[in-house]
Amino acid sequence: MKAAVIVFPGSNCDRDAAVTLEAVTGVKPAMVWHGDEALPKVDLIVLPGGFSYGDYLRSGAMAAQSPVVRAVKAEAARGVAVLGICNGFQILTETGLLPGALMRNSGLNFICRNVDLTVERADTTFTNAYTQGERVTIPIAHKDGSYFADDETLDRIEGEGQVVFRYAPDADGGSGNPNGSRRDIAGLIDRSGRIMGLMPHPERAADAALGGIDGRRLFESLTRTLN
Amino acid sequence: MKARITVTLKNGVLDPQGRAIANALHSLGFGGVEDVRQGKLIEVELKAADEAAAKTELDAMCRQLLANPVIENYRVELL
Repeated sequence: MKAAVIVFPGSNCDRDAAVTLEAVTGVKPAMVWHGDEALPKVDLIVLPGGFSYGDYLRSGAMAAQSPVVRAVKAEAARGVAVLGICNGFQILTETGLLPGALMRNSGLNFICRNVDLTVERADTTFTNAYTQGERVTIPIAHKDGSYFADDETLDRIEGEGQVVFRYAPDADGGSGNPNGSRRDIAGLIDRSGRIMGLMPHPERAADAALGGIDGRRLFESLTRTLN
Repeated sequence: MKARITVTLKNGVLDPQGRAIANALHSLGFGGVEDVRQGKLIEVELKAADEAAAKTELDAMCRQLLANPVIENYRVELL
C-alpha cells in the first residue's frame, strides 16, 4: 500500500503518521506540501493532526480551501481512500466530504489523554482488523472535537451505518464522552466507505514502547484492504 | 467599499463559550443575564462595481469560507 501524508503549515502529527505507516506497510509514504496541486499515485491519503494555518477562522476551514485539498477531493472522487485524523477530520467536515462539524469542546479545555472507544463498525476499509463492539484505548489531543450535526443528519448517518467509533462509557457508568460530541461520535465514514475521519489519534497508539497499540490495527486494516 | 459580516451560531447549536461568558457575567453581579451567544465580526474592504455586485460577492465569500452553514448563520451589511 502506497500512502501520501499531506503537510500543512501547522500540521504536527504528519511525521507520527508517516512513521506508523512505514512501520505497518514497510513503505515510506510520500509527504505532500499544502501548496502542491497534484498528488502522486497512491492508495491512501492521510490528512494528519495539528493546527493547519493556525486554526484561523475555524479549525480546518483554511486547509479545506488549499490547493492540495482540491487535489485530495479529486482523488477521493476517483475512489482513493482518505483518512483524516483530528485536524484532518475537521478538514474533511469543512470540505463537506464528511457530514457535520467539529466545535469547541463542551468543557472549553484542550484535552490530551487516552480515551476508550467502541468499535461500531469492524467491516470497513479502515477497521476490518478490529472486532465489532470491541473496546479500544486511543489518545485524543484536541480543543475542537465536539461533533455536531442536526438531528436529521444524525439519524441519517446512524441509519446508514456511518458511525465507526464512539466514545465508550466509563467503567463507573459515566458517559465517557470527553468533549460533548453528539451521540458520542468519535469517528465517521462517508457513504462510499472510502473516506474516514476521527478525532482520536491511532498513529499515536501504534507502538508498545509509546504507551499502546490499539491504533495500529487501523493501519493494518488499510494495508489488508488496499494492497 | 466596506462591509461588515456578522457570523453567529444557529439556534440549537451548543455555545460553551457563550455559556462561560454568561457565568462570568453572573459572578460579576449581572444577575439579569439570561443567555449569551458568542459570534464573529469580520470587516472586509473590497472593490466592486456597485452595491448589488458587492453583496453577491460577499454572499459567496460567506458560503465558501467565512461561515460554516452546518453550524452558523451570517449577515452582510455594507457600511
